[in-house]
Amino acid sequence: MSMPFYVAPEQWMKDKADFARKGIARGRALAALEYDDGILICAENTSATLRKISEIYDRIAFAGAGRYNEYDRLRIAGVRHADLKGYSFSREDVDAQGLANAYAQMLGDVFTHEVKPMEVEILVAEVGETPDQDRLYHILYDGTVVDESGYTVLGGEAETISERLKQTYQEGRGAGEALQAAVGALAGSDRTLAPDELEVALLTRNSSRRAFQRLTDAEIGDLLGAASTPAAAAAADDEAAPPTTNGDDSATE
Amino acid sequence: MTLPIYRADDDPGPSFVDLLSRVGQGPRWDVQGVPGSGESPLRMTHATTVVAVRCADGVVMAGDRRATAGHLISYRTMEKVFPADRHSGVAIAGAAGPAMEMVKLFQLQLEHYEKVEGGSLSLEGKANQLSGMVRSHLPAAMQGMAVVPLFAGFDTRRGVGRLFEYDVTGGRYEESDFAATGSGSLHAGTVIKLGYREDLTTDDAVELLINALFQAADEDSATGGPDLVRGIFPMVATITADGFARLEDDDVAARFRALLETLMTTRGTTSMGAAPGSPPTTAATTTGSKKKGGAAK
Repeated sequence: MSMPFYVAPEQWMKDKADFARKGIARGRALAALEYDDGILICAENTSATLRKISEIYDRIAFAGAGRYNEYDRLRIAGVRHADLKGYSFSREDVDAQGLANAYAQMLGDVFTHEVKPMEVEILVAEVGETPDQDRLYHILYDGTVVDESGYTVLGGEAETISERLKQTYQEGRGAGEALQAAVGALAGSDRTLAPDELEVALLTRNSSRRAFQRLTDAEIGDLLGAASTPAAAAAADDEAAPPTTNGDDSATE
Repeated sequence: MTLPIYRADDDPGPSFVDLLSRVGQGPRWDVQGVPGSGESPLRMTHATTVVAVRCADGVVMAGDRRATAGHLISYRTMEKVFPADRHSGVAIAGAAGPAMEMVKLFQLQLEHYEKVEGGSLSLEGKANQLSGMVRSHLPAAMQGMAVVPLFAGFDTRRGVGRLFEYDVTGGRYEESDFAATGSGSLHAGTVIKLGYREDLTTDDAVELLINALFQAADEDSATGGPDLVRGIFPMVATITADGFARLEDDDVAARFRALLETLMTTRGTTSMGAAPGSPPTTAATTTGSKKKGGAAK
């Protein structure tokens, strides 16, 4: 039996943080933006079934970046937390802040006490009655909660994407323009993202009880097309119209 | 509240009722220590007649608005038809307290499943879930708190409307044409049976149920008819490919007024009733007949 070496707590924490960050950086990114009628969340995701964005409660959505199994477990815990709270008290008493705090406690505990930290970053978004009541809580692997306003980016290359989004993001725009800004920022200048490579969901302000709405590929295409400038519209048409283009794309990949 | 997170080998799955049990809030319907005589020593609030009929585009459900406690009316605006989720509805008759709780749990169960699993249960699956809830309620039913629901929905996989009846033991019976439950179900059911056709349009089905509820209210004191004085009318909802939609109160009111008009003109007034020439008002039929019933005893 060899004695383990002494490791300073600072080093131990830093190693854990580096480990978690590396894991998160491997995943693809997602962006959430406030727009004129609610909150739009857009993720780069080629799977139509393994989702990054989901419904938690009437006006609350969840999005996760990093390891799928870990954030999906957090998602289910969030649904349970919200449904139990709504059942015990009232539907009005379920809010994003309480949920974000519960997540933060849990992630903080795992980060300090467990051997392996969770390699996830999560978003708890809530659409309010008015735009100033919209909430975007960005929660990091160590339980740090950031109360974002306007927009936020999670996952790999988040800083670069966030920088790009900062330049195109404007308050109070329509869903189409907001989606375009998100897709542009996620894709960067040297590539384009087709609707089937995107996962998009909206939290709509003036909707019925359940504000969460997941968009189909066709709806994403329509929304991107409707808002695009002539040049971008032409590019979108090129992508969508001839099936040969798609074939070429897949051949080159 | 802490985050309810479970290890993979210890997970309660997509069932909200199981989750409630895990956190120590599982529903307990019956009262411990009370023998199951089938009757309750307490005077409890009861919800009465609900009906459902299949039509070409889906299903129509309806229920009266009266809740009774013994021979008294305890609540005049009770709702007994609820959306279970987007494409299904649930209607209840029986002890009002547990019935409302069961509906609340059932709605949550379907929504919880949908959110956890990322997709809705099949209509059959939803009907089975409700069956399990009614069965777990059996001990309470033995103590006089029976709840008997109706479940109807649009089966999006098959593209048809379907409806299910239950008994107190949780027995689930799919009906092909129509279903009725509660104290006025005998009369309401007979009216629907006589008016039922295979190819009813949604509109015809609504008319049929309105007629059925009126006739049930006419014969059964626990079933509420149209209350013209307060403007309270039975609740009607359609479930089609477009989802669950409650009919506007104005629409239901207009249909009841038209029905009353037709009945009065075709039938005429009984000389034994009100003064000749003055048509009987509904307010007189509903509140008056109850008083008479009480006096006769």
